[in-house]
Amino acid sequence: MAFDTPYEAITEETDSGHRWAFGTGFTDPLAGVNASLPGGVDAHDLAAYCLMLGDDALIMSHRLQQWLAKAPELEEETALANIALDLLGQARLLLTRAGQADATGRTEDDFAFTRTEREFRNVRLAEISDADFGGLIARLLVFSTWRLELNERLRTSADPVIAAVAAQAVKEITYHRDYAAQWTIRLGDGTDYSHERMAAGLAAVVPLTPELFEPSAVEQRLAEAGVAVDPSDLRPAFELVIAQVLTEAGLDWPQTSVVASVSGQAGRDGVHTEAMGYLLAELQSLPRALPGATW
Amino acid sequence: MTAGGSTRARAVAAAVPDPELPMLTVEDLGILRDVTEHDGHVVVALTPTYSGCPALREIQLDVATRLSAAGFAGVEVRLQLSPPWSADWITAEGRRKLTAAGIAPPHAAPHRAEGPIPLTLTPPPSTLACPACGATRTERTAAFSGTACKDLYRCLACAEPFEHIKEI
Repeated sequence: MAFDTPYEAITEETDSGHRWAFGTGFTDPLAGVNASLPGGVDAHDLAAYCLMLGDDALIMSHRLQQWLAKAPELEEETALANIALDLLGQARLLLTRAGQADATGRTEDDFAFTRTEREFRNVRLAEISDADFGGLIARLLVFSTWRLELNERLRTSADPVIAAVAAQAVKEITYHRDYAAQWTIRLGDGTDYSHERMAAGLAAVVPLTPELFEPSAVEQRLAEAGVAVDPSDLRPAFELVIAQVLTEAGLDWPQTSVVASVSGQAGRDGVHTEAMGYLLAELQSLPRALPGATW
Repeated sequence: MTAGGSTRARAVAAAVPDPELPMLTVEDLGILRDVTEHDGHVVVALTPTYSGCPALREIQLDVATRLSAAGFAGVEVRLQLSPPWSADWITAEGRRKLTAAGIAPPHAAPHRAEGPIPLTLTPPPSTLACPACGATRTERTAAFSGTACKDLYRCLACAEPFEHIKEI
C-alpha cells in the first residue's frame, strides 16, 4: 500500500471500518508523554492550575475565532486564526494534563464542553468581547504580554508537562505579542480616529488587568512547590513592555477604575462577567444538544 | 532488537510526508526524533512544530499505518514535547526541497541571551532570497500565513509573492 499523500492513507477504509481520524487511537494530545506527577505536589492543586492556564488559552482562542470572516483584511484574519490555533493547541495539552493530574481521566473535550460557567478558571480578560479591532488589539497586547512573561517563567516548572508546553508557548506568544504591539503602534500613531479607537480599546481592558497579577491560593501554594508562578511577580516585566509599546504608539495607560471582584472572587475562582455565559453557550452548543456526537 | 529491523523501521517512518508541506518528509522537517524496534515492536517519537499543529494526528496515523503495512507487528507513536521543535532542525535536503517548491527556507533561529524576550516593534529588513528569481530585494507582507510555521513575503524584483518558514 503506497500513497502519494498522507490524506489518502487515512481516508482508506480500514478493517475496523474507521475512516479519517475516527477511532485512530490518536485522540489524546499527550499520547506517549510521561504522565507521572511531580513529587510533593497536591494533585488537585496541579489539576486546578492546569485548568487556569488551559482555560485562559481556550477562552481567548474562542474569542479570536469569532473574528474569522470579520477581520479588516485577509492578512489579519490569517494572523488571528493562527494565534487562536496556537492558543487552542496549548489549551488542549493543559486540559488533558488536568485530567491526568486529578485522576478522573476527564478528556480535553469533557473539560471544554461539559463544565458549567462557575467551573471555568480563566481570567476575565480572556472572556470579554471586543467592541472593534482596536479593542481586540488592546486585549491581545495585554493578554499576550502577560502570558509571555508567565510562560517564560514556567519553562522551569517542576511539572514536566507544564514546563514543556511553556517552552513551546514562549516561541509562539513572542509572535502574538509582536503582532499586537505593531498594530498598537500603527493605530495609536495613525490617524486621529485610529488613535481614538485604540485609546478606547485600552480603556476597556485596563480595568481587568489588576486581576492578572492577583495570586489565588492554588497559585501561591504551587509557586512554593516550584510548579506555578506567583503572578504578582510578573508585574514589573509586564509594565516595562507595555510602557515601551505605548510610548512608541503615543498612547497613555488610562487611569480607570477596576472591574471589581465579587466578594473577593474573580475568574480564578470561577466568578465571571456576563460575557462568559454567552461565550459558553456558543462554545458548548453542539455537545450540549448532541452529547457524544462525532463527525 | 535487530539492527536491520531498526534501520528498516526508521526508513519507513522517515519517508512519511508532511500533510501541509507534502514536498517534505517528517525527517526533512526534523520532527522525527527517534525510532526503535524490538522483536517487531516499533516505538516512534515525534515532536510537533507548533502546539496547535492540526496535521499532527494525521502524521501519527500515517506513520503507524505505513509501519504496520511494512510488517511490523506492534507500532507505538509517542509525542516528545521537550525540547520544543526548532526550524534549525529542518535538514539540508529539506531546505533544498522547500526552495524548489517556492518556499524560502529559514535562516538560523535566533539564540536568546538571558534576560527579557526581545520585543520587535519594527520588523527588520528582509534578507531572504526570492525562491523564484533569487533576488534579495524582498519584503515581508504578513507575519502569519496559511500554516502556523510560515509567514508571507514578496519579491520587489519579480513581484512574486512567496512563503517562508519562520525561525523559531
